[in-house]
Amino acid sequence: MIGKKELSTYIIEPRKGWIPVDLKELFRFRELLYFLAWRDIKLRYKQTILGAGWAIIQPLFTMVVFTLFFGQMAKIPSDGIPYPIFSYSGLILWIYFSNAISFAGTSMVSSSNLISKVYFPRLIVPTSATLFGLVDYLMAFIVMGLLMVYYQFTPGITILILPVILFMTWMLAAGIGYWLSALNVKYRDIGYIIPFFIQLWLFATPVIYPSSMVSGKYGWILSLNPMSGLIEAHRHAILGYMDINFISLGISMLLILMIFISGMFYFKRVERYFADII
Amino acid sequence: MSHPMIKVEHLSKQYKIGVDRTYKTLQDSITGAFKSPLNLFRHSNDNNTFWALKDVSFEVEEGEVVGIIGRNGAGKSTLLKILSRITEPTEGRITMHGRVASLLEVGTGFHPELTGRENVYLNGSILGMTKREIDAKFDEIVKFAEIEKFLDTPVKRYSSGMYVRLAFAVAAHLEPEILLVDEVLAVGDAAFQKKCLGKMKDVSSKEGRTVLFVSHNMGAISNLCRTCILFEKGIVVEIGETAHVVSKYMMSVYDNSAKINFPIQKAKRGQITSVSLINYLGKNTSSFPVNESPTIEISYVLRENISGLHVACIISSSEGNTLFATADTDTNPELFGVRLAGTYTTRVKLPEGLLNVGTYNVAIGLGIPSIESLDRQDAVSFTLADTGDFGSMKEGRRRSGLILLKLQWEYS
Repeated sequence: MIGKKELSTYIIEPRKGWIPVDLKELFRFRELLYFLAWRDIKLRYKQTILGAGWAIIQPLFTMVVFTLFFGQMAKIPSDGIPYPIFSYSGLILWIYFSNAISFAGTSMVSSSNLISKVYFPRLIVPTSATLFGLVDYLMAFIVMGLLMVYYQFTPGITILILPVILFMTWMLAAGIGYWLSALNVKYRDIGYIIPFFIQLWLFATPVIYPSSMVSGKYGWILSLNPMSGLIEAHRHAILGYMDINFISLGISMLLILMIFISGMFYFKRVERYFADII
Repeated sequence: MSHPMIKVEHLSKQYKIGVDRTYKTLQDSITGAFKSPLNLFRHSNDNNTFWALKDVSFEVEEGEVVGIIGRNGAGKSTLLKILSRITEPTEGRITMHGRVASLLEVGTGFHPELTGRENVYLNGSILGMTKREIDAKFDEIVKFAEIEKFLDTPVKRYSSGMYVRLAFAVAAHLEPEILLVDEVLAVGDAAFQKKCLGKMKDVSSKEGRTVLFVSHNMGAISNLCRTCILFEKGIVVEIGETAHVVSKYMMSVYDNSAKINFPIQKAKRGQITSVSLINYLGKNTSSFPVNESPTIEISYVLRENISGLHVACIISSSEGNTLFATADTDTNPELFGVRLAGTYTTRVKLPEGLLNVGTYNVAIGLGIPSIESLDRQDAVSFTLADTGDFGSMKEGRRRSGLILLKLQWEYS
């Protein structure tokens, strides 16, 4: 027989208002997070013919198209460095970010069979959806290395800050993912809005163009976009041709924290009726 | 043992109904607010809600296996969903001691593209096992599921039997202190069902776990559970010993088709006016436990004096094979004499413990044998349901044959 003292006690009661995030429980379920992300990676590489190739093809081809249209034809400036390497260094982070929010945003609805049949901390679903894109990012980063060899760029010491930038991008994607996935359970429109929303956001972010192009009167708008500080910092950290703008990065960090924490709390607040309406 | 493993106090759950989809579009919310802005300040939803559970209280002790029975929509599944924390109660409180695992559906989270091996890990972790626990149990799970050869085949290539076996095997090797099970035994072939029942029995008796088991299979319930809770429309109507609660449930499942009135046809010299099925409490019902037998009540009217008449009752299987016929003159030959004009009511009780689990049809005839048929009606049908007794689901499946006989076997 099992001794009563060692057993944990659960109390189930209706909860009202804001619910704190149970970090201890999330930690207990960390393996589930790992397994769900692992499943998504596995499925991605299993079901497609090119498998891992897609991780490279998507940013590479986008870069080629951007170079042709924006670099060659529209002659958009690129802070004096070759346009391909300029745009690619922004694109790989952007593609990670945009894939993460679009997967996370629809993750709750697409896991409805899990949610209505078994309990686990729901936050794991959108979180795992933001993680598996990191593998794609790493693949695409290999090409980044090759491009740097080709254009003879040596990364500076600043490259060491890359994990921090990546972590911040993940936090932003997760925060937005929490908001969108929770809203999508209630409002199925969100599923249609996400691609459109991502497209608009790309143009408001210095991926195609340098932020120096938007300085002056409208420069402040860019600083309200947390992705703009991240993309620029990511580019400067890798290519090392310019100092990282820590002020802009700091503003991004503040915004990201706000989005991440509010997303988590909103998600927890509406989580209780997910199983009833999904 | 002063503290129960599960203590449910005044639990209620309210759902909204009346809309064909429960999620909204933004448009609904926006136009809703414009069309009737007052709704924002009004609780107008009261008539669109219903209580799936209302003021439910009970306790379960350690190592107990408790059956939850009731008709569809009685609130059984809602209870399990609240206990397994999938959804929150509207009112009330539950206190539980120990790890809880729920099996509301086997194979939750199985992905068809992944192999058997991969799905064991994925499903195990979804059900709350750690990787180390799965590693330790892996061989046992595979052996139980009998899929050794197909471990590295995607489960989409599995037969449905293999799929279910693997899914149940993972779930059966969970080691929670409290296990919640919903209808999972309704799957798989007979041999596997038997194996599952055996496993469930081990889980409770040998390993001392507490199990809540929802099922419509009274055989499995009677076999596994000592105590049962009967739900009706979200309320607990009975808690107690399984045999008692199961028979109460059986009696409650009656419907009005157990009595049929036939329209008056004045042109007929005589006609059957009504036929009904009655249980031993005198209630109209069309379902009976297999060990009970229905009484058939026949009312007929004669509009003139007729002699040589009999009333016959023909019992046939649901496939349409006649099993036997019986007539009121069999035991009362004097009835062949003149019957006066008037109305009559007669009853016949079918033999107990003769028919196997199944559905049977009753046809009634009124006439003079091999001369004239005054009236004939395919009147009513009744169901004999499994109670877990001799011959029924106890062995994991229905015993074959329409007739159930308990015979004495002897050895010399």
